[in-house]
Amino acid sequence: MQRDLRIAINRDGKIEYFGVPEEKTTLLNALYYIKNNSDNSLTFSSSCRSGVCGTCAVRVNGKEVLACSYNFKEDDRIEPLAYHEVQRDLKVNKQKVRETLKKSTAWLQSHQEAIIGEKEVQLTEKQSECILCDSCYSSCPVLEVNPDFMGPFALTRAYRYSADPREGDIKATIDTIQTNGIWDCTLCGNCTEVCPQGIDPKMDITLLRSIASQFGYSDPNFQAMDFGFGGGF
Amino acid sequence: MLDILIIGSGGAGLSSALTAKESGATVLVVGKSYPTASQTSMAQGGINASLGNVTPDSTQAHIDDTIKSAHQLCDKSMVKKLCEDAPKSITWLEKLGVPFDRTPNNQVAQRQLGGASSKRACYAQDYTGLKILHTLYDNALKEGIEMIEEHFLLNLITEDQLVLGATFLDIISGEIKEIRAKTTIIATGGYAGLYKGFTTNSEGATGDGIASVLRAGGKISDMEFVQFHPTALKSSSTLISESARGEGGYLVNSKNERFVDELLPRDVVARAISLQVANGEEVFLDLRHLGEEKLLHLMPQEVRLCRLYENVDPIKELVPIKPVAHYSMGGIDVNRKLEVTGLKNCYAIGECSNAKIHGANRLGGNSLLEIISMGREAGRNAVRCTSSQQTNNSDTQQLQQDQAYIESLFEEYPWERNFYQIQYELGHKFYKYAGIVRDNTQLNNLLNELRVIKADLDNMGIGDKNRTNNTNLVEFLQFQNSLEIGEVLLDSALVRDESRGAHYKEAFPNKDDKLYKVNSLYWIEDEVLQNKLVKVVE
Repeated sequence: MQRDLRIAINRDGKIEYFGVPEEKTTLLNALYYIKNNSDNSLTFSSSCRSGVCGTCAVRVNGKEVLACSYNFKEDDRIEPLAYHEVQRDLKVNKQKVRETLKKSTAWLQSHQEAIIGEKEVQLTEKQSECILCDSCYSSCPVLEVNPDFMGPFALTRAYRYSADPREGDIKATIDTIQTNGIWDCTLCGNCTEVCPQGIDPKMDITLLRSIASQFGYSDPNFQAMDFGFGGGF
Repeated sequence: MLDILIIGSGGAGLSSALTAKESGATVLVVGKSYPTASQTSMAQGGINASLGNVTPDSTQAHIDDTIKSAHQLCDKSMVKKLCEDAPKSITWLEKLGVPFDRTPNNQVAQRQLGGASSKRACYAQDYTGLKILHTLYDNALKEGIEMIEEHFLLNLITEDQLVLGATFLDIISGEIKEIRAKTTIIATGGYAGLYKGFTTNSEGATGDGIASVLRAGGKISDMEFVQFHPTALKSSSTLISESARGEGGYLVNSKNERFVDELLPRDVVARAISLQVANGEEVFLDLRHLGEEKLLHLMPQEVRLCRLYENVDPIKELVPIKPVAHYSMGGIDVNRKLEVTGLKNCYAIGECSNAKIHGANRLGGNSLLEIISMGREAGRNAVRCTSSQQTNNSDTQQLQQDQAYIESLFEEYPWERNFYQIQYELGHKFYKYAGIVRDNTQLNNLLNELRVIKADLDNMGIGDKNRTNNTNLVEFLQFQNSLEIGEVLLDSALVRDESRGAHYKEAFPNKDDKLYKVNSLYWIEDEVLQNKLVKVVE
């Protein structure tokens, strides 16, 4: 016999419980089941149902997932993404977070003609699979202390264009990601862990740091720790 | 005053915005979701251009393949324009930074798709649409193009057929607003979403822009032509790209027999599968012989989707599939300049438009091409149009009318019938009766049923009475649009007593050029739906 599973949804700070038939495998199907049958006012965002539009990311038991790509379990606790303004229930304002893409100037600064081979494409194959679901941003502990931090996806995207042979002015990007950018990351790896596309923003940020050092930049935190002994410990 | 209002923020809308902005026009892109959430992100296989990087090819061969697949319902000059422009579109995308895959000779890689006489589709693994869309978005940010999200199109504002802008529901605040512009470009996507539960499309593919043109007195055409993609996952209807067959995948039945040439156009393959299913067979996609390395390199997304939604590993197992609604060939009727028939200062591009390119059946790889190529074309044309006919009309009648209607949904509609349930039932019935194989009695019954549902809308409405962030309201409005579109789809399918491309009737299995080498035009006059069959432009 069909059995109902119970899930808990954080609705504007209040936990509400809903029963969903077990067969509604994905969390997104479960949310639609609730909205279509028991509570029309349950509010969440979704679009493609196949993990490529980036719309339906939420937190389940504290960890970011795409609702369309996660099979829910009994007593799962569903919450909206962190560090986003919650508009209602699980629906969040992504517009403000998208501003980080402008801050990191994640685009080709100056197009130059270049020979691109299979190897060059592979360099940024993963990074260009980003779907802008904001999972990494929600998982990033730096935002707890510095809300102006550009965050993982904006930096991964900056790397994706910096590593493109068509980029004729890498320095322009490197210059813009100094403040509230690459050096603010603690390399904790939360972003890498939650990315549904298997992207590794932590590694991309590390690579950007290495490019930045070629342009004469260094870790300001490291400088701050230099108490006049010339660094070097 | 704003020069160009672009409604819809997918690949077509962004291409036209970038092109119009380049010419110095002021542009505003307005969409109901975020640009990167649009249907374009779901396009997997590739974008056609006769570059001949892998196998010999020519523009003429691309034209010939497209015309053949269109089954005489296309405007040959539009097809020629598209195919000639294709290499330029690829160059443009390359310049913007799209990371197309490469051949060992450092050229853009190309793969085989169905109905193509050469390896013609340029690709970025099986994330071609995603990577094109995100690159366009990054460039729109770079160029400072203003994009407004979460605004749902209600109606076009018109005066004597002249389009002055449109009214929108601001989903976040719940306000009804108007945005006026000298010229409007509609790029709102297709209507295959009305086959709810039996479509590869996103929730929002409800033909909003097409319905708005119909209500504004403009014309729409060829709505009976809906493409069914042969390979969607059986339990979830998730798309498995044609590139899976292009790279050598087989279709087999329960007896493990191949039953069709997998690389024929989609309409033929979908019908062959449908016939197998009617004979009690199950149908599978077999990718096992391609090997793990090739699959993971060329189709990482497909492998993930099969594992997640069908619980099978395509590297080792057969993938159960079914054909589902995938693309709408019909849409807003436009002329060769992409201007909407029956309206002025208004363009339509991409899947919402019928530019007479795909005719009765679209070729894989031509839809991404159309949104880029025709998107840019409309951007150029709209810039020229902004200097033409103007009006100082500031009448807010449309705004008031729309405000009053939305208000009534909050105050008066009783919510006695659950429209979600009706929407799912209707989706299933469309699949069964207005799907791959059609029959007049069934079409007629469904049309009557749909009209009863339309008349009963007053008993539906919304259960969520909150004014802000009301997705229940948005979904109800989308449902209404899909009913308006669905009525035309069924009527035009009834009228066309022949079989052509994606439209197939068992009782009329052949093409009838004498009677039906025509585009079927629909519009509303004096509140009544009118139609006319118009000879195809030679």
